[in-house]
Amino acid sequence: MLRFANPTWFMNFSARVLPWLIGLTVILMGIGLYMSFFVAPPDYQQGETVRIMFIHVPSVWLAMMCYGVVAASSIGLLVWRHPLADVSAKAAAPIGAVFTLAGLVTGSLWGKPMWGAYWVWDARLTSFLILFFLYLGLIALRNAIEDETLAGRLTAILAIVGTVIIPIIKFSVDWWNTLHQPASVVRSGGASIHTSILYSLLVMALAFSVLFFALHMKAMRNEILRRRVASLRVRQVDEALAAQSTQAAE
Amino acid sequence: MSGFLTLIKRDIRLALREGGAVATALGFYLIVVAIMPLGLGPDLKLLGRIAPGVLWVALLLSALLSLDRIFMNDFEDGSLEVMALGPLPLELVVVAKTLAHWITTGIPLALAAPVLGLLLNLDMAAFGVLVLTTLVGTLGVSFIGAIGAALTLGLGRGGLLLSLLILPLYVPILIFGVSSVTAVITGPSSFAASFMILCAISLAAVVLTPWAAGAALRMQFR
Amino acid sequence: MLDLGKHAIFIWVSYGVVFASLIGLVVWLMWDGKRQQSLLDMLEAQGVRRRSARDDNDT
Repeated sequence: MLRFANPTWFMNFSARVLPWLIGLTVILMGIGLYMSFFVAPPDYQQGETVRIMFIHVPSVWLAMMCYGVVAASSIGLLVWRHPLADVSAKAAAPIGAVFTLAGLVTGSLWGKPMWGAYWVWDARLTSFLILFFLYLGLIALRNAIEDETLAGRLTAILAIVGTVIIPIIKFSVDWWNTLHQPASVVRSGGASIHTSILYSLLVMALAFSVLFFALHMKAMRNEILRRRVASLRVRQVDEALAAQSTQAAE
Repeated sequence: MSGFLTLIKRDIRLALREGGAVATALGFYLIVVAIMPLGLGPDLKLLGRIAPGVLWVALLLSALLSLDRIFMNDFEDGSLEVMALGPLPLELVVVAKTLAHWITTGIPLALAAPVLGLLLNLDMAAFGVLVLTTLVGTLGVSFIGAIGAALTLGLGRGGLLLSLLILPLYVPILIFGVSSVTAVITGPSSFAASFMILCAISLAAVVLTPWAAGAALRMQFR
Repeated sequence: MLDLGKHAIFIWVSYGVVFASLIGLVVWLMWDGKRQQSLLDMLEAQGVRRRSARDDNDT
């Protein structure tokens, strides 16, 4: 395990793997999009708008999976002190926030033709909105703390606390929603899962997942470079100060 | 045990002496509730219907204001580190200080709630339940808030960030607190279920949050 | 073109927003990467050495 711990190993590994991930993403996305528009038939109830599902559902899944990555990285940092854990957590959070925002927007745009409103306080949308706030909180907390190591560790605590609370939030929002059941029946997509709809969805989900791995890997590489730059700068200042003081002593 | 109680008493005494923070929280609660009708219109029936929700949301916001107080003063003058090194485990120190916060801020806010309910034409039948649920709920509010206070300790002006971090975590308390109160007003007897869950959340918070807060504090000691 | 029914605009905007944000993310990551790498190159050209400097070829 420790062999995979060092950033240099990761940079070499990712340099080899990333191009393949990118290629795979493009292929899968191409196939998925083709299937979403030309293979999957229109839904017998929603018509063509079911096609929004092919990017909405994967966005939502990825938003949740990404939080899992953040949580796992946070545990890796605090429990095992894995050197790449903080890099992973920091890299994943903004990506997760983007997927969550995409999920919210597509959900809203899917909702308008389906339910007649851009936003409904349906249990799923509401808990998903709260997930978005959790991501924002993670990013905000990390940015607010100057010391990088401390920022990583405190953010890790917040991520883990969030993980514990997420099922509770989901449960409470479900409860709340059943108490306030809206008058119209909320029809979630996929009521009639045609096989070709299902397959298109799965291909798109796979495409999004591989895309996430590629994005995350690239973001981790950037972060490692950023930390190297920072440490070189510190070293540069130290060397300059040392040179100054030896000069002064002469 | 005596150290634990001493710490609670000390924090209560300090909070009462300082006075300002508690009064500010109460004042804020009053003002927020008072301006609601100005924004929503004076229709008493409408206000009565939304009163439980408004009272709870305003209470959460007011409690947020005072969370800084739990650790900030002692952190700044170094006494928190001294306490951490003392005979009482840091987690118990957190429990003691947070309990003191609940006693000096949460309970007053909870007791103020029905009074403010008069402004919103809250159904009188709900007054008792309102106090009961807010007493239980503010316990959870203080303890979950303590995590936020511990995380934003070194930030000085961390108040707004604290709210952003903690409000999503308050959603369960809000939902079950309000549904307990409305259950008494509108009839379906889901009061027991909502209230039990509210109690469970607050008690779980008392037990679990000190670990997170303690960990966060330890990371920030020099 | 495709006939996407009377709610076509919703479909197009959805796909548009998602792909615009994903492409935005990609562009930002690539730009940031280039920036960090060039900063690194500049610093190393100025002679500052890392402790584990022997594994320097990271491209």
